[in-house]
Amino acid sequence: MNTWANIKTIVKRELGGYFTSPIAYVFLVIYLLLTGFFTFTVGSFFERGEASLVSFFTWHPWLYLFLVPAVGMRLWSEERRLGTMELLLTMPVTTWQAITGKFLASWLFLALALALTFPVVVTVNWLGDPDNGVIFAGYVGSVLLAGSYLAVASMTSAMTRNQVISFILSVLICLFLILAGYEPVTGLLSRVASPQVVEVVAAFSVMTHFEGFQRGVLDTRDIVFFASVMGFALFTTGVIIRNQRAG
Amino acid sequence: MIRVENLVKAFGAKLAVNDVSFTVERGEVLGFLGPNGAGKSTTMRMITGFIPPSSGRITIGGHDMLEDPLPAKRLIGYLPENAPGYADMTVLGFLNFAAELRGLHGDARKRAVGRAIELCFLQNVAHQTIDTLSKGYKHRTGLAQSLVHDPDVLIMDEPTDGLDPNQKHEVRGLIKHMGENKAIIFSTHILEEVEAACSRVIIIDRGRIVANGTPAELKARSPEGRLEDVFRAITLPDTVKGH
Repeated sequence: MNTWANIKTIVKRELGGYFTSPIAYVFLVIYLLLTGFFTFTVGSFFERGEASLVSFFTWHPWLYLFLVPAVGMRLWSEERRLGTMELLLTMPVTTWQAITGKFLASWLFLALALALTFPVVVTVNWLGDPDNGVIFAGYVGSVLLAGSYLAVASMTSAMTRNQVISFILSVLICLFLILAGYEPVTGLLSRVASPQVVEVVAAFSVMTHFEGFQRGVLDTRDIVFFASVMGFALFTTGVIIRNQRAG
Repeated sequence: MIRVENLVKAFGAKLAVNDVSFTVERGEVLGFLGPNGAGKSTTMRMITGFIPPSSGRITIGGHDMLEDPLPAKRLIGYLPENAPGYADMTVLGFLNFAAELRGLHGDARKRAVGRAIELCFLQNVAHQTIDTLSKGYKHRTGLAQSLVHDPDVLIMDEPTDGLDPNQKHEVRGLIKHMGENKAIIFSTHILEEVEAACSRVIIIDRGRIVANGTPAELKARSPEGRLEDVFRAITLPDTVKGH
């Protein structure tokens, strides 16, 4: 009871923090422009001649690679820079309540950005007769993907008070999560390693697990994968914060 | 209310706090004196549960800070060094946030925040964001945050730092007044502040307590009866050596 009240208070503060500064609006505009650009221009939405959002979702792992760390980089590094971490963690809240609250707020913000892409759903429904179940699964996958990157960004932002370093570290880790299952890379890898090894490496990739959602499949294993990445990264955030406090 | 036993904090090979023990009861105001880097802030950070000690025990109102931190933390109001605050929040929003984390909701929260704003003279800036405040107002916002839940234990790291003489006077008066029914620890560099507001003084140097007594007792140690002479006699040799 107390736990949820604390988490809710922290979520409210974080979300409020986004919208009192222009950052949130700048981010939303950039996000929507980029998704539009990739879907229609790079992904050739119209030329495909099919009523699906494949050209929309395909780019999300790459788009999020930069956009999500940009949202997450300040999570803990800002608290350390301002010294508010000392304030927050001497309040009667546990470290994991603080971590969860801050993570959930940013995740909600990313979900809001994603929700604002609804015009593409409207467009594709107006132009043709798409499978809306597949589109729904794509959105679920996209939210989970964003959450996984965000948890990684939370982890790297706990490591440093410098937001730039935090950003670069999380981009690198997320890039690994993409490349481990990116076809050109797995192709290269399969020349030097056995298929089993390639499969194990690819199993760590968000690409492998995001693919199912794009085809409209809500596979428990994929959901468990994303949940594990989030769980692991947030747990590590807690360990990092605890070690820093211990000095 | 506050019981600290054999507190030790090591950062690598350096002992920042070395075997510190003391107690503070309700109705006492304890002044924490010492040169820069003596271990005052580190001690306060351990008492408030921000950093764990290397060894030793801290109990607040009977609750062990290490084993059962939340009940202990509930009793404490804390003003960290430099009075940090969320730059993008308004004073009112920040105090509401602090009050909610302290378990105050609805009318109780409104009353508590109103009282804290009044006590710290923040009426004029309540709707300003913290990054637009002058240093004095920012500091008082931090102070208001630590008082919002009317805590039994108040721990303040340099509460008068950055205030002008009038504000310093106000804050000292406030501390003295609140000390009548709370247990208070505050650190300072200003010796006259200790005389004005404290019922007891601890001088800490290189992580150790080197003096513990009432201001009058400490003053009696110097032939001229000045606290400054006592402070310098106890702590000067170390600072000269550059520790």
